[in-house]
Amino acid sequence: MSDTADQKTPGTAPDAAPATAAATAPATAPDTVPDSVPDAVPDSVPDAVPDDVVLRVEDLCVDFRTENGAARAVSNASLTVKRGQTVAIVGESGSGKTTLAMAVLGLLASNGSVAEGHIWFKDEDLGHVSAQRMAQLRGTELGLVPQDPMTNLDPIMRIGQQIDEGLIDNGLRSRRDARTRTVELLDEVGLPDAGRRASQYPHEFSGGMRQRALIAMGLSGRPALLVADEPTSALDVTVQRGILDQLAGLTEDLGTAVLLITHDLGLAAERADVVVVMYHGEIVEQGPARQVLTAPQHEYTKRLMAAAPSLASRRIEIARERGLEDVLDDALLAPGEDAAANGAPDADVLVSVKDVSKVFSIRGSGLLSRSRDFTAVDGVSLDIPRGSTVAVVGESGSGKSTLARMILDIEKPTTGSITFDGGLVGAGGHKDQIAYRRRVQPVFQDPYSSLDPLYSVFRAIEEPLRAHSYGDVAKRRARVEELADQVALSKSQLQRFPAELSGGQRQRVAIARALALSPELVVCDEAVSALDVVVQAQILQLLAGLQEELGLTYLFITHDLAVVRQIADRVLVMQEGRVVEEGTVDTVFDSPATDYTRALLDAIPGRDLELAL
Amino acid sequence: MLRLIVQRLLLLIPLLLGLSVLLFAWVRALPGGPATALLGERATPEAIARINTLYGFDQPIPVQYLKYLTRLLQGDFGVSTRTGRPVLDEFMTRFPATIELTVVALVIAIGIGIPLGYIAARRAGSFIDHSSVVASLIGVTVPVFFLAFILKYIFAVELGWFPSTGRQDPTMVATHPTNFYVLDGLLTGEWDAAWDALVHLILPGIALGSIPLAIVTRMTRAAVSEVQNADYVRTARAKGIKPARLRGEHILRNSMLPVLTTIGLQVGLLLSGAVLTETVFAFAGIGSFLAEAVFNADYPVMQGFVLMIAIVYALVNLLVDVSYGLIDPRLRRQQ
Repeated sequence: MSDTADQKTPGTAPDAAPATAAATAPATAPDTVPDSVPDAVPDSVPDAVPDDVVLRVEDLCVDFRTENGAARAVSNASLTVKRGQTVAIVGESGSGKTTLAMAVLGLLASNGSVAEGHIWFKDEDLGHVSAQRMAQLRGTELGLVPQDPMTNLDPIMRIGQQIDEGLIDNGLRSRRDARTRTVELLDEVGLPDAGRRASQYPHEFSGGMRQRALIAMGLSGRPALLVADEPTSALDVTVQRGILDQLAGLTEDLGTAVLLITHDLGLAAERADVVVVMYHGEIVEQGPARQVLTAPQHEYTKRLMAAAPSLASRRIEIARERGLEDVLDDALLAPGEDAAANGAPDADVLVSVKDVSKVFSIRGSGLLSRSRDFTAVDGVSLDIPRGSTVAVVGESGSGKSTLARMILDIEKPTTGSITFDGGLVGAGGHKDQIAYRRRVQPVFQDPYSSLDPLYSVFRAIEEPLRAHSYGDVAKRRARVEELADQVALSKSQLQRFPAELSGGQRQRVAIARALALSPELVVCDEAVSALDVVVQAQILQLLAGLQEELGLTYLFITHDLAVVRQIADRVLVMQEGRVVEEGTVDTVFDSPATDYTRALLDAIPGRDLELAL
Repeated sequence: MLRLIVQRLLLLIPLLLGLSVLLFAWVRALPGGPATALLGERATPEAIARINTLYGFDQPIPVQYLKYLTRLLQGDFGVSTRTGRPVLDEFMTRFPATIELTVVALVIAIGIGIPLGYIAARRAGSFIDHSSVVASLIGVTVPVFFLAFILKYIFAVELGWFPSTGRQDPTMVATHPTNFYVLDGLLTGEWDAAWDALVHLILPGIALGSIPLAIVTRMTRAAVSEVQNADYVRTARAKGIKPARLRGEHILRNSMLPVLTTIGLQVGLLLSGAVLTETVFAFAGIGSFLAEAVFNADYPVMQGFVLMIAIVYALVNLLVDVSYGLIDPRLRRQQ
């Protein structure tokens, strides 16, 4: 990362000038804007309220009523959004970025309220207008593109109707003309066959199509300000790019100001004019995108930069970092030895997948229609050398998770074979299967749903030990504590329940649970996809450290190429059940051989930023 | 949708076959056999032998079952040993009364339960919310027959606001083309008869509807609480749509999915609950007749009524599943 920081070239200065003005505007605002501003004519404060400022948030504080009194989610936040400008608010979950955006839209949860400060939208203070007025503004002057396309559309209402109703209720179209307009809007966001699509239900749409519909909805009233809350974080990377391009193109044509909420620094850098960094409810840094990224001032921004996978260029070299920290020579030597071992031909292949296919039969939809076959994995072969990390990359539906499930012996291959340490997987009886489960452990994607909410951390980690009758009570306790220590969980956290832990802590629990039986292979199925970048980097560091310490072998299943670069030795790219490219991480990243891989790489937000800086 | 209906109707066949086996075995397993059940415990051996030959009880069990099944398929459910009339006729004359009562109970449960549950969820923590929770707890815990007695004592005996027993005033001269008394009154233009029949339904309807009312209220409250915090409701608000549309089209409609399932299950409870309620109010429906059949060891009636109630129950739940598909487009294709 040091190279980006060094390149604080004068070349970025011209960009910086106008946005710096925007960033400093809040500071001067309280002096020049009297409390009676809604009554004041714009002419009386011509300098402070230029016509092109759409939104100005001043010293905003948002509180939530809780059982323990008021909790402040946003404190003293100030920012300005100008017409046609895109301002990105970047931060981890819990940083207050979404709360700030929802305060602007007047859509805070019922226990939340604007405690102090102002939200000037044109000449109204949205923090203090009536609920009726706020409802009038929403859908006409203020639009929203929400985060998760899967949960943000009413599942039992046709897509078209969901857009119609906004047009009708906001008085933009009559009941009769609404549908024509809706089809135009859907067409505008690049939804093919919009007329027919409008009469379909959300479950008949893919995630990307749903998000396009939501964008059409957010822009249907031609708002002056569009709040885009993580508009693509739930989508595949290749879909992401198309949607963001569409959104950027439309808002530019319409002159819409965009408040973009994201946890992805690369995306913010690529898409925004101004970047606002939030941390623990406060704005810690803001300025022109390039300036914030090339010369971050605040400690947190620097951490965020260092952790952002899309901006990181190399695999985490845990040993070297340790060496720098601890000045331990043997730590430095270890990876070299590993590399030597891996380099030996066929030295020690732990898992060998030979020409494996998996065919599912799908039930037909008609009364008499017959089931048809669907090939999820189609003739895949791969070797995983002991002590190495192999990543399988692909979009949802590429068959990567099915492959992982077959290696975990949860699914049986239709054809082909999988051998583990020389033995055929799934060949033996129930006992062999149990023995195999000890040696191969999974870490799943969602740390929120893969832990039993009624099990304490201790019990969650202890469970596999119990299941495989490991030692007595005291021995199990010692082992759990050892595991907790390995994944950097404190002893006091062992008595907590999943609900009391953060996402990163939960994933540590999941990793400790997976390591409990000292497995040889750990299958990480999107193990860090649900985590914030900083936490993601910590978990990847942890995994790399554990690999070195315990000689683990990893199979990493992910859709995120940026993560692959940080952790893997070899990478396989899967598309529609087939391996389309395979090689070392450096080869695949530096000279991708197929268009598909190139598309995946291009889709990483902020990728060309490295080159630009 | 058609596929769902056909599938469910086909599933009804094994269900009814299984039930017929159980009912058949039940009577055959009675102490002393079906002849003793028919004639009473003090019957002479000669009389029992005569009955056994007459009804074929001396034949092998599988043969008897096949004959029983054949008669069932022909609509012959046997003859009531008490009234001497065919079981099917007894059922058909009384079933309209029970339907009327069940409809009134459901109207009370749905008409009060859904709005009350909705308001309770929208104003969580308010007085209305707390009282609805307490009231529904009481509704679920108080036994139906007890509530029926209390209602009858207070509103019929003490206050005299409602009649205490029967379907209609015995002195009322009325014609009954359909045996749905309220409907009959409306069809024939005998307004006073219709009104009188309706008044007779109020107290039993409240007693019978109390448990479904409590359950529908709680279910609605839970469903609305969840749906009103759903992402798509927030997105709908962000669109600036009118509050009435938000409540009706988005919140209420989505909340109805689980409530509908509950209502379907309640219909079964209403049919069995009718036994108690109809007995307390001397209401001439299938419930009170079934109760009398039990007291008089009238096995053909018990067998036939149980089978028919099962068919009704299965059909009602099919209806619920179909309406579920009408509300939720996701289920139309999958099932």
